[in-house]
Amino acid sequence: MEVATRMRQNRHTLMLLARGCASLSLATEARPESNCGCAELLTGGGGGTWMFWRNLNTMPVCCNSCLEKNAVLKRPKTGHSLCKECFFTAFEEEVHQTIMSGQLFQRGETVGIGASGGKDSTVLAHVLKVLNERHDYGLALLLLSVDEGITGYRDDSLETVKRNQQQYDLPLKIVSYEELYGWTMDDIVKQVGLKNNCTFCGVFRRQALDRGAMILGVDKICTGHNADDIAETVLMNVLRGDIARLRRCTAVATGSEGAIPRCKPLKYAYEKEIVLYAYFKKLDYFSTECVYSPNAYRGHARAFLKDLEALRPSTILDIIHSGEHLSVKEDVRMPVQGNCSRCGYISSQALCKACVLLEGLNRGLPKLGIGKHQKLHHKLLAQEPLTEQERRKLKVLDL
Amino acid sequence: MAASVSLQLEFSGGAELLFGGVKKHHVTLPFQSDACDIRHLLVWIKQNLLQERPELFIQGDSVRPGILVLINDADWELMGELTYKLQDEDSITFISTLHGG
Repeated sequence: MEVATRMRQNRHTLMLLARGCASLSLATEARPESNCGCAELLTGGGGGTWMFWRNLNTMPVCCNSCLEKNAVLKRPKTGHSLCKECFFTAFEEEVHQTIMSGQLFQRGETVGIGASGGKDSTVLAHVLKVLNERHDYGLALLLLSVDEGITGYRDDSLETVKRNQQQYDLPLKIVSYEELYGWTMDDIVKQVGLKNNCTFCGVFRRQALDRGAMILGVDKICTGHNADDIAETVLMNVLRGDIARLRRCTAVATGSEGAIPRCKPLKYAYEKEIVLYAYFKKLDYFSTECVYSPNAYRGHARAFLKDLEALRPSTILDIIHSGEHLSVKEDVRMPVQGNCSRCGYISSQALCKACVLLEGLNRGLPKLGIGKHQKLHHKLLAQEPLTEQERRKLKVLDL
Repeated sequence: MAASVSLQLEFSGGAELLFGGVKKHHVTLPFQSDACDIRHLLVWIKQNLLQERPELFIQGDSVRPGILVLINDADWELMGELTYKLQDEDSITFISTLHGG
């Protein structure tokens, strides 16, 4: 304690000295969030401050919150430097704030956590368990995983989920594409190739989580989408002109129109903080890229956002803010939500996307669900045969 | 003054995939300690350790945005980032945030 105080004083003196001697060489602007302006000096050294660098280099920055321990990270959201303990508290309580202000849960509900074994869902499961006990939410939590049937990827990540189940002492349910649809992703890729496979996987996963949740009698599903993911989605919906999704994608909770309500408690949590939370808490998570997802378009949006974030960290929250406050013109035609006439799942078409994709797979016409083929829906429903010309368009081109 | 700098490097969060799947590397840099900062270290890593797709790790003279760097378990943004002068026995951790969740 005494040492820490002395070090702080020393550091402060050094900073003031550095400022006095070399203020001309400091190009960095003072940022309001750091209380004494020391942080700028640490990151903004010019030639004139070199003498002090040797000392500043190893001199720890103290926590802006407790003013006692050494800071371990600079928060992208606020610019504050925090120690481990203060960071854990700030991170967890901000998730609590998101939950309270969005009224995400009601006492007594059963909440399924979509768990992939990756960083986001692992941190989500951990934080929800902590908050449920700390703030007495009165929730029954359980883990819900989807096995897409991807050898070398999902089989490994499910092992992580199984360890999480033990570590957090939560029940776990795994639903597989094979049992729900009769197709694993490995089989699907064999038929459709690597071009549109992510469409199948995305559509099937969304339904699979719902079906798993229904089997378990879950009231709500929450997913690990973080602030970076949501900003990325806003950007992608703008780039694709998908106004219906653009309007929905920033909502912290989706309504209960037919499907089980979903929410995103990590909506305002930066990816950097999620990863550092997992790192400092030594949480067990899985991090391998899916073997089937080069996923170029999202990758570009992601890289673009990360570049912007490096220049100005608030970019992420600013994009979410923009997305939240966009209003769609009255005369923009929005799809009307109905139900799939085959499986009953919510759909804006006569047949839901999953049923069309599945029909395509089972008929050996995998492109049936890729792109817009609504005109064929009535034929599919009436089980009428397709014309030779229609069939040709829907087959995978052999290269 | 040390004749060389020994470092414990760790790659995780998926970044290890660019380094032959090996997470921990104990390395000795052939530089004198006061001539060696993180900027030099990144060049050395690119030339000596990085096994594939360097653009997924290095961008310009820094790490690719989205890769977190910790110096002795503290965020490098607190430590001067590229200008941090390496000390003997420092531990530097690179964590990719770019892999799926």
